[in-house]
Amino acid sequence: MLVAHLEPLPAALFSLLAIGSLLLSFVMLGSRWLRHYLFAFAAQSWLIAILSASIGYYGDYPELYIVAVLTATFRGLLLPYLILRIIRRMLVHREVLVILQVSSTLVLGAFAVIFALTVAYRIGSALNLGGTIAVLALTVMLSMKLIGFLMLSVRHEALSQILGLLLLENGVFLGAQILVPGMPLLIEIVILFDLLIIVACFGVLVRYLVSHVGTTSSLELKRLVG
Amino acid sequence: MVTATSALLLAFAPALAVVLILLIGRPRAAEALNLLASAVSLVAILVILARHDAATFWGGYVIIDGFGAWTVLCAAIVYFLASLYAVGYMRLLGEEARLSRFYAMFAAFGLSTLVAPMMNNAGLYWIAVELTTLISTFLVAFEQEASSIEAAWKYIIVVSAGISLALLGTVLFYWSGTFVIGPTYDMTWKVLQDVAPRLNPQLVSLAFLLVLIGYGTKIGLAPMHTWLPDAHSEGPAPVSALLSGALLNTAMVGVIRYLAIADAAGISGLARGTLLTLGALSLFVAALFIVRQKGVKRLMAYSSVEHMGVIALGFGFGGQLGVAGALYHMLNHSLNKSAMFFGAGAVMRAYETKRIPGIRRVLTHFPVLGALWLAGAVAITGAPPFALFLSELAIIRAGLAASRYVLVGLFAVLLIVIFVGFLNQFRIMYFEDGVSKEPDARAVTPWIIAPMGLALVPLLVFGLWWPQAFWGLFQTIGLSLGALPVTGAAP
Repeated sequence: MLVAHLEPLPAALFSLLAIGSLLLSFVMLGSRWLRHYLFAFAAQSWLIAILSASIGYYGDYPELYIVAVLTATFRGLLLPYLILRIIRRMLVHREVLVILQVSSTLVLGAFAVIFALTVAYRIGSALNLGGTIAVLALTVMLSMKLIGFLMLSVRHEALSQILGLLLLENGVFLGAQILVPGMPLLIEIVILFDLLIIVACFGVLVRYLVSHVGTTSSLELKRLVG
Repeated sequence: MVTATSALLLAFAPALAVVLILLIGRPRAAEALNLLASAVSLVAILVILARHDAATFWGGYVIIDGFGAWTVLCAAIVYFLASLYAVGYMRLLGEEARLSRFYAMFAAFGLSTLVAPMMNNAGLYWIAVELTTLISTFLVAFEQEASSIEAAWKYIIVVSAGISLALLGTVLFYWSGTFVIGPTYDMTWKVLQDVAPRLNPQLVSLAFLLVLIGYGTKIGLAPMHTWLPDAHSEGPAPVSALLSGALLNTAMVGVIRYLAIADAAGISGLARGTLLTLGALSLFVAALFIVRQKGVKRLMAYSSVEHMGVIALGFGFGGQLGVAGALYHMLNHSLNKSAMFFGAGAVMRAYETKRIPGIRRVLTHFPVLGALWLAGAVAITGAPPFALFLSELAIIRAGLAASRYVLVGLFAVLLIVIFVGFLNQFRIMYFEDGVSKEPDARAVTPWIIAPMGLALVPLLVFGLWWPQAFWGLFQTIGLSLGALPVTGAAP
């Protein structure tokens, strides 16, 4: 098991990258400009790619190098580029109506992290892994999950919702690499899947939303109730 | 050998249909190819079930066991009936140019619901379920009206968010296994179930809850059901039938397989308690919305939420009787809900409205369709002599055997509320005075009547006679899910 006995240097590196990703999800949570979400997401993906590569190096999992390259190219470059194009075409640059003020959202995000830490701490001590990087990985994974859900619920631009979903996936992905770097085949397929979802569905759907519903704000989606 | 060939055929027929439909690109050819593929799949799964030998194929990635095969049977029946119905229904939409693309997507969706229950690897299963979402989104948005696009958007956002929780749960299950087996292993259902007693119960609890919420979103268990009424009511009627009769069961398979693992890991109190709570809550929410419903297809959609709740209760009560009742209910619900959506689609097209207040005197205008649809409505509320009565009774008996008296009482009361509420909606559409538009009789063709009849006849037969062969199969499945054996014939 990789996480149980790590050298101090890789442990510090992994922690740094995980915490950096968590901070970037707060950047996403704290901004109202779509472009800033996007850059934060791209930067986060790059951090995760570096994490994959370093886990591959220290844990001797060569397939993680491939994962790193895939993450960097797809999540770090291609997806942000596609979404940027949509932003330019739609002329929506920021959340005009916010359901919750940015400051309150950040406070909620902080509570989410505290909750995640509590859960991770308990699981960690139940597994005799207290004090190792496993606890940190679990915390980051769960808090990115919660922050992603927070973004999905307080943001209503179609693009912010897509980014919220991607944040959910990034969280699982980051945690999975630290906790179960040997999980066969799965992680690669998972990335490809996200890709497929984004490119096929969201590209199409966003276009549909503009041309048929006339807006990309989900606040306007209220025909179907009851 | 025969099983392997049949399994290959089961998946290969719709896949080939997708390719051929796209290549040929003519609407009539697409109809025929899709129908043919669905018929081949149905025959293939019947052959597999008749031979009932459990086996894994292709490096252990595909499993044909009783439970998977039974779910595939439900999906294959719905796929066949819906393909038959689609021939009549899709011509009414006047979308000739996009019809071949529709059938290609439809066959692909059918394929994904047929393949997902046969995945032996928890990760691959997750991918297959994700695939079903991806394909069906386009089908839900097919009519390209603002409301169907809204439904598709909600569908993909809610379900993807939910299913990402299931992914987290899957990863945590894998992680819990690494403490026992080592860092790299194949995460098959069998391996997880075998290793379960040695897993850390706290970690497995967290993982199971995540998986339950994740796949529960896809099943449409309340309170994660919010996408379901929209998606089911806005897609074309054959798609609604496939979503409701095939897709929901496909996601249920995952939850139940994880439930068996949770049982083996010694957390069955928490796992079953949560599943039962979600099931009861689904019934409650469905009852509220059925009573006050104004949309005819939304009525059917909430009825799906109800029946998924019933199936969740059956599996949650457990024991041979609970498992048997739930499995029987799966088949019955698939047959019945298909007939209901077929009727709703035809009536909707004839009266050109989705709203119940705009539909009056169905029986006077359409005697045959009206009679079949009404029989279906009586059946779906769980009245005898139809099969849903038997399966719901079995589930109630399982609940009593498990000493869950409060829950059984609540279940019975809610079933009665739904019975009254649901049939009251039909009373309004059939017998209440009121003005409606003169319906368009061209909407009801033999292509529309035939699949409804085909769905209702077995429902009546299975209501009068619970085949011993089914009972034997349910016992085998129950054993594989860890229920204790009972002796005796079918109830």
